[in-house]
Amino acid sequence: MPEYQNIFTRVQIHAPAYPGVPLPRGPYTRSGATFVHLFGRFGDAQVGPIYLGWTGLASLLCGFIAIEIIGLNMMASVNWDPIQFVRKLPWLALEPPAPEWGLKVLPPLNEGGWWLIAGFFLTTAILLWWVRMYRRARALGMGTHVAWAFASAIFLYLSLGFIRPLLMGSWSEAVPFGIFPHLDWTAAFSIRYGNLFYNPFHMLSIAFLYGSTLLFAMHGATILAVSRFGGEREIEQVLDRGTASERAALFWRWTMGFNATMESIHRWAWWFAVLCPLTGGIGILLTGTAVDNWFLWAVDHGVAPEYPLVTPPVADPALGSGGTR
Amino acid sequence: MNFRLQYALALAVAFGVAMLLTFERPPVVTDQTGYRGTGMDEIRTARAVAALKANNVVPPAQDPAAPGGPLATTEYKNIQVLNNLTVDQFNRVMVSITEWVAPDQGCGYCHAEGEELSSDKLYTKVVARRMLQMTRQVNASWQNHVATTGVTCFTCHRGQPIPEQGVWFASNRPHAANAGNPMGQNDPVAAVGFTSLPVDPMLAYLTSIGSSRVVAASPYPGTDTAGIRQTENTYGLMINMSDGLGVNCTFCHNSRAFSAWDQSTPQRTVAYHGLQMVRDLNMHYLMPLQTTWPANRLGPTGDAPKVTCAVCHQGANKPLLGANMLKDNPELAGPAPPR
Repeated sequence: MPEYQNIFTRVQIHAPAYPGVPLPRGPYTRSGATFVHLFGRFGDAQVGPIYLGWTGLASLLCGFIAIEIIGLNMMASVNWDPIQFVRKLPWLALEPPAPEWGLKVLPPLNEGGWWLIAGFFLTTAILLWWVRMYRRARALGMGTHVAWAFASAIFLYLSLGFIRPLLMGSWSEAVPFGIFPHLDWTAAFSIRYGNLFYNPFHMLSIAFLYGSTLLFAMHGATILAVSRFGGEREIEQVLDRGTASERAALFWRWTMGFNATMESIHRWAWWFAVLCPLTGGIGILLTGTAVDNWFLWAVDHGVAPEYPLVTPPVADPALGSGGTR
Repeated sequence: MNFRLQYALALAVAFGVAMLLTFERPPVVTDQTGYRGTGMDEIRTARAVAALKANNVVPPAQDPAAPGGPLATTEYKNIQVLNNLTVDQFNRVMVSITEWVAPDQGCGYCHAEGEELSSDKLYTKVVARRMLQMTRQVNASWQNHVATTGVTCFTCHRGQPIPEQGVWFASNRPHAANAGNPMGQNDPVAAVGFTSLPVDPMLAYLTSIGSSRVVAASPYPGTDTAGIRQTENTYGLMINMSDGLGVNCTFCHNSRAFSAWDQSTPQRTVAYHGLQMVRDLNMHYLMPLQTTWPANRLGPTGDAPKVTCAVCHQGANKPLLGANMLKDNPELAGPAPPR
């Protein structure tokens, strides 16, 4: 008998459409489930029922407006030439206002006004999507863990594009909407503030980012490895361990002396994921507001070691000559 | 052949071609230039080194001028720059300059046909005179950058009336009136290494006196007002420089605090004076010639051609790989001309 293990086998579950648990209240009745063979190769073949609702609709609309403003500005920046638009798309961007506009609402459209409007609609879309996730979880009687994890990502997004510019007193400190431009912004940000790698919150954020991938790999591998003993029924095994989780636990105690449990591993994963943008956002908010040069800060606090020079020492030539800097 | 196998083979070929076209093929040699573990190193391949050598062949010098003889000013009219040279020395410079700058066009590139040699009818002659002044200025006053190696016309021109690399103009990018303002960036141009950094970082720093320093000198706020956009300008200028010299950031800077002079390599001091020199050449020699050049020699916004580091360096950290041409062409060392 073939086992149901999609991605690895070609066996698909194809059962009658399942609408989900009974809902206690609300005007919404569920309909419209369908099956897609391709999806069944990666996960569940059943698509839908989908719930959009007012928050979902409004979110999509706001998101569409934001993407439209960004895309049309990109197109306008190549003089409405569709070929150049496609060729240069990775380089194109909608830029925030120049420093001389400070926090003005609203600078002229072509001087950053479009950026503010696009940012407003994008933020509204994201916040509405958050409300939708929260309310859908509640409607199913679930906890709101997903919504709060998403909120952590939203906090980083808002730190970069809204809160920090407010603290710095200028929209020009915010990130442009564009593929390469936002990466160049990131590099310039690190250079301006004396190397972000010396920012301890940046360090924490990286630790949680890489830690998340490590935990994800460890957990996924462990469960797959004990699935022959029914290990993928992890939730039941939170209460009734069974041989799969006993073996998995012993494996980790053997190899590293300690094991997470079937329940706690998910809290580990959730906190690692949530703390990655949370610490990152704190690091961003401290940059330029509390610390102006992270390398010098790290020297002050004994973080950055001194290395011996292997070349003759150099002094700033502008100091001696009084030349331009 | 099995259809899936064909499919896999096609994918493998496409991947291989992509690798060949985009990856630097080994062997790649890394030379450590700083303390262990600090990422201070220079990267080279035998192919790049060979290509650099081939691009930096120094032409043989003319036979030295016989000592003595009358001054050129006694024989020729309208000599304004090379007026300390003898006739022999003067003619030697003229032969060399033709070979270095206009080997195909010959004397007629600057000296109008049917006119006295002293005639300033052609704009090229007026420009050439100013360029001779510039060369002497560099050799006499910018030794903190060019040392005693100095420069000749060939350092930049390499047998071309217009140097092939490092000549630049202010860019002109039309965009719609009410949207799409790229704020001077986000265009893949060679000047900033095809990044989305500001496309004209040279305008801000190499045509007027402005500071490129953006990193705070104190750990805490209050001393530095530079914003991200200003930083991107400096970043773009550095990319331009790195490209022009064929080196990476750590040729001059340490890998962890770009702004710290006390941890920089000695090359950074040379580069600092180089930037000051390029600014001087643009501001005092090239930009004032704007009205001399005909329209077809000017940029899209009507500005004069200007230079960056690449005009001399052409991808080598020492122009012509450090060859000293000035030693064989002492006429160009001359006294620094008055401004």
